[in-house]
Amino acid sequence: MTATDATATGGAAPATPLLAVHEDAGAQLIDFAGWQMPVRYGSDLAEHEAVRQRAGLFDLSHMAELRVSGGGAAEFLDFALAGRLSAIELWQAKYSLLLAEHGGIIDDLIVYRTSETEYLVVANASNRHAALDALTTRSAGFDAQIVDETEQTGLVAVQGPAALAIVSAIGLESEPLEPLRYYRALPGIFEGEDVLIARTGYTGEDGFELYIAAHAAEDLWRALVLAGETHGLTPCGLAARDTLRLEAGMPLYGHELSLDVLPVQVGLGRVVALKTKGDFVGRAAVEAGPADDAPVLIGLTADGRRAPRAGYPVLDGDRVVGAVTSGALAPTLGHPIAMALVEPGSATSDSLTVDVRGTQLPARHTQLPFYKREA
Amino acid sequence: MSETKYTKDHEWIRTEGDVATVGITDFAQAQLGDVVYVELPGVGRTFAAGESLGEIESTKSVGELIAPAAGEVVEVNDAVAGDPSLVNSGAEGDGWLVKLRFSEQAELLDEAAYRELTA
Repeated sequence: MTATDATATGGAAPATPLLAVHEDAGAQLIDFAGWQMPVRYGSDLAEHEAVRQRAGLFDLSHMAELRVSGGGAAEFLDFALAGRLSAIELWQAKYSLLLAEHGGIIDDLIVYRTSETEYLVVANASNRHAALDALTTRSAGFDAQIVDETEQTGLVAVQGPAALAIVSAIGLESEPLEPLRYYRALPGIFEGEDVLIARTGYTGEDGFELYIAAHAAEDLWRALVLAGETHGLTPCGLAARDTLRLEAGMPLYGHELSLDVLPVQVGLGRVVALKTKGDFVGRAAVEAGPADDAPVLIGLTADGRRAPRAGYPVLDGDRVVGAVTSGALAPTLGHPIAMALVEPGSATSDSLTVDVRGTQLPARHTQLPFYKREA
Repeated sequence: MSETKYTKDHEWIRTEGDVATVGITDFAQAQLGDVVYVELPGVGRTFAAGESLGEIESTKSVGELIAPAAGEVVEVNDAVAGDPSLVNSGAEGDGWLVKLRFSEQAELLDEAAYRELTA
């Protein structure tokens, strides 16, 4: 029931521990939720392709790490989040949602169980404070402490078919990585520093996310670059990360997910543990369900080269029935793809178009994901 | 060949006789990222100052080609329409977009002023 902001920066803009590395590499930096992060090092398309064919290296140190511990941590997270976190095993990861009382989504999260009484909750950089505030408020009455470790933590991801070979070659002390399953993690040690080695990602490829103390992130990054040389490992920016996750049909907060949608509207009904646990924040609203005419998330594909982009109107015949939430010319697929929130009556319409700056682009509804790697 | 001039909309312009070759600057292509689609105007189209003559789409965003003065389109670069990556590899050369004949004087920046704008 206490929360500590472990940051000592006194409100100064946070910075990734890899900022100097990115600057040396000639990365183009953008402001992302107050962090200067690489949008690209060279070509977005080359970075995207590297992840699909070989491997990409990402700095995700802007993501928020919130440590939840205490005898009541499991019980607290069952109340505070939509999933049943008390049921996950040690070193298991689970995708979950932080819901508002009205059922809207405050953030989507990955939760790792790091001991019987401790979890690591990873939130979006843009929602760091909203997530911390909601968790802190909800912790009243529980034996659970929440510590924001974001700025003390570096997060580096290696994603792509060669990820296992690369991460296995940097001298990590840990159990073997090869048998580690998707959404499982392992504790490891790199040059004397604790590492959380997670088989998770946001690209649609096999890969690892490595959490380490911020001061050791640069050494870890350099070791991965060195080990990745023979595998074509390519540093990747946020632009490639966005097209990769979009092809993989993964939602992004602020685009597909927001306070205005219930999980079921965006295909995340399965994330909410209505049947297996008791009360939790947002339960009544989820049970009541969205309004009959509340929009639903669909996938769209189109021909040609023009991308539907976030905010563009979606029409059914000549009537606007919704809007694109994310869209791009899919680098791997070679045609335009988009996710859109549309009126439920039009979700399977065969006469959908996207208004691309005044031109009606015919679009076909499709199952997500757009891209699935071969098993 | 004449001196290259620039606009505040990140286009470069080189005039020979009464025809101006126009493209987006190297700074602009770097900001856009990989260009994947270019839409160019029809030859013969007339336009007013400030009108959009075409679109340059990258994976992340869309840039517009803004006419710096009124005039007429006399030629477009078909090679760029076929291979939009030319805008990245040769923004201020092979990646030129259109040739225009202006009917009024465009307000242009010299190189020093443009560099200052993008510094």
